[in-house]
Amino acid sequence: MVAITSPNFKANAKVALHDPNLQQALTHVRANFITRRAAAAAAMPEFEALRDSSRDIKNHTLANLDLYLEAYEEKVTESGGVVHYAETGEQARDIILAICRKAGARTATKGKTMIGEEIELNEHLEAGGVEPIETDLGEYIIQLRHEPPSHIIAPAVHLTQKQVEDDFRRAHTHLDPTRDLSDARELLAEARGILRQRFLEADVGITGANFLIAETGTSIIVTNEGNGDLTQILPKVHIVLASIEKVVPTLEDVSQILRVLARSATGQDMSTYTTFSTGPRRKDDPDGPEEYHVVLLDNGRSEMLGSQFQDMLRCIRCAACLNHCPVYQEVGGHAYGWVYPGPMGAVLTPKLIGIDKAGNLPNASTFCGRCEAVCPMRIPLPGMMRHWREREYERHLQPATYRWGLGLWAFFAKRPALYQRATGIAMRVLGNLGHRKGRFRALPLAGGWTQYRDLPAPAGQTFQEMWRDRQRASAGAKL
Amino acid sequence: MSARDEINSRAVVLGKIRRSLGVTAEDPIRNAAVEARLNRAPKGVIPARGQLDEAGRVALFTKMAEHFAATTENVADAAAVPAAVAAYLRGHNLPAEIRMGEDAVLNAMPWAKTQVDVRHGPSDGHDAVGLSHATGAVAESGTLVLTSGQDNPTTLNFLPETSIVVLEASTVAGDYESIWATLRRRYGKGVLPRTVNMVTGPSRSADIEQKLQLGAHGPRNLHIIIVG
Repeated sequence: MVAITSPNFKANAKVALHDPNLQQALTHVRANFITRRAAAAAAMPEFEALRDSSRDIKNHTLANLDLYLEAYEEKVTESGGVVHYAETGEQARDIILAICRKAGARTATKGKTMIGEEIELNEHLEAGGVEPIETDLGEYIIQLRHEPPSHIIAPAVHLTQKQVEDDFRRAHTHLDPTRDLSDARELLAEARGILRQRFLEADVGITGANFLIAETGTSIIVTNEGNGDLTQILPKVHIVLASIEKVVPTLEDVSQILRVLARSATGQDMSTYTTFSTGPRRKDDPDGPEEYHVVLLDNGRSEMLGSQFQDMLRCIRCAACLNHCPVYQEVGGHAYGWVYPGPMGAVLTPKLIGIDKAGNLPNASTFCGRCEAVCPMRIPLPGMMRHWREREYERHLQPATYRWGLGLWAFFAKRPALYQRATGIAMRVLGNLGHRKGRFRALPLAGGWTQYRDLPAPAGQTFQEMWRDRQRASAGAKL
Repeated sequence: MSARDEINSRAVVLGKIRRSLGVTAEDPIRNAAVEARLNRAPKGVIPARGQLDEAGRVALFTKMAEHFAATTENVADAAAVPAAVAAYLRGHNLPAEIRMGEDAVLNAMPWAKTQVDVRHGPSDGHDAVGLSHATGAVAESGTLVLTSGQDNPTTLNFLPETSIVVLEASTVAGDYESIWATLRRRYGKGVLPRTVNMVTGPSRSADIEQKLQLGAHGPRNLHIIIVG
């Protein structure tokens, strides 16, 4: 089981800030994702219109989610597939394990699925005697390291190439220990060789879904490696694990959203492989799975409908909000302490594991608004983080000093005359004290702030006092 | 979980959705809206980029596919494809062997005039080169569209290290929406073949330090022969 460390966000962040490997690896997030997305968006004049269109499609779908799920289910059944509903992660895991057992499965290859991480599927399969094999290169690496992903589309983005080399040498002991692995190309070739055999042997293939299409009963996966495709076409059984909000009405609708997905995620016009799968192999098909199952997971999402958090269900997991977040860029994904990091995680995680455990996450934001500015689905992420902060406050979950401080500030803020007098005195005192050096290296009660920077000494006047003086001066000048 | 539990879960999940939304399953207005969208499948925003004549679409497709690391060549007609395939194999030091499905267009080509050994059927992972016939392509993003079946098994697009795809110039569309219209005419409304692959360049990964490497789990090389 993946331990939830979200309550320790502050300590996690401190460790992350002092981890040289992580800090080196994170430079690639800042350098690559942001420039590539910006270039792809700029090269598509209709990009903003496509964002609006995508948002509207999802809003319509969510408002009619029950009906679209029923339509989707009908088409899957028509094409020979089976739809299973799961209220909870536990139910979804049991359904998947039962399908694996019925197929007599010893191994299951897996495409990248964040829902699989959410429900801790690998641990459950292992406990049930089925070996899960992650096939996305990043997921394969972190499976070797027994780590959760640190990014929703680049799971191993927290690692340096040298760390991956060390992991491969440790894990692939049957290979020549003197082999050259100094290049990313060689690391990829090694993983390809090892996983190719596992693809061909696997009894069951498990993938996530980027979208489900109600019109045709189709599941879609979007990948660059082709691992998801080998996962779903080679074994006898294909299991799709998807949450209920993944459904969209038609092929035209999904085409709108696909146009913003890859551009927002990796800056590609289209990812290398966008694959539409409908049911098991047909009568004349020479390949493809003999069984096709879809497990539809709720796990709290139905409760987000009609709430302040409904808009979050538009999320297509492109990771643009992570890549552009100044907090994520500094601390990486593991500091967030659970499956979904960054701004989208700060909104989703409190819903999935509870605000009592995840209260730190919506507070780990400067509210700079870049996440909302780049979100292809125009999800108001900062606004929803604010809702969580309010709920946290209502439930008295913050430390006493925090509430006491806020209460003290509110006392003054609600009494303008008193506030002005008090701040005026404080500014004069601080102004006099800091007069000589012009800055403070340490202040009582503000050690957390001054540990990393100096506080510039105030000018001796408050803004309102200066404003008043200027108004007077300009009035005098007019006379 | 028993079958009965699963049926119960279905009712619970759909019931929770309706309660949260404050709606009923029977509401005629919602049902009509959903039915209308599924039947009419309205198009949204279509980028101007791909809205060109056939020559313009082929030129844009070529540019985009090459941008995403595919290679392309043009031949005058279907009869010229086997010689082009043979030349590609020679040029890349590959054995004179390909695997393809039972596609009628590919089968009708004069393979006997070349030294290429043609094998038929899906790949078991031991083929160096797979040959497929694309259903169409999308100029907007340089994307091939391939559909599964006996004629073009899906494994051929993923297992061989080199994937060669034959594409007729007349099937290059400007946008994805035109492809859906074609598939609906061919398979019927609301019906797709088991697999539709949209392929944009050869397989790749940037999972190690964001360094782009070609040839992850799918083909390292994608060569597109455009006919006409």
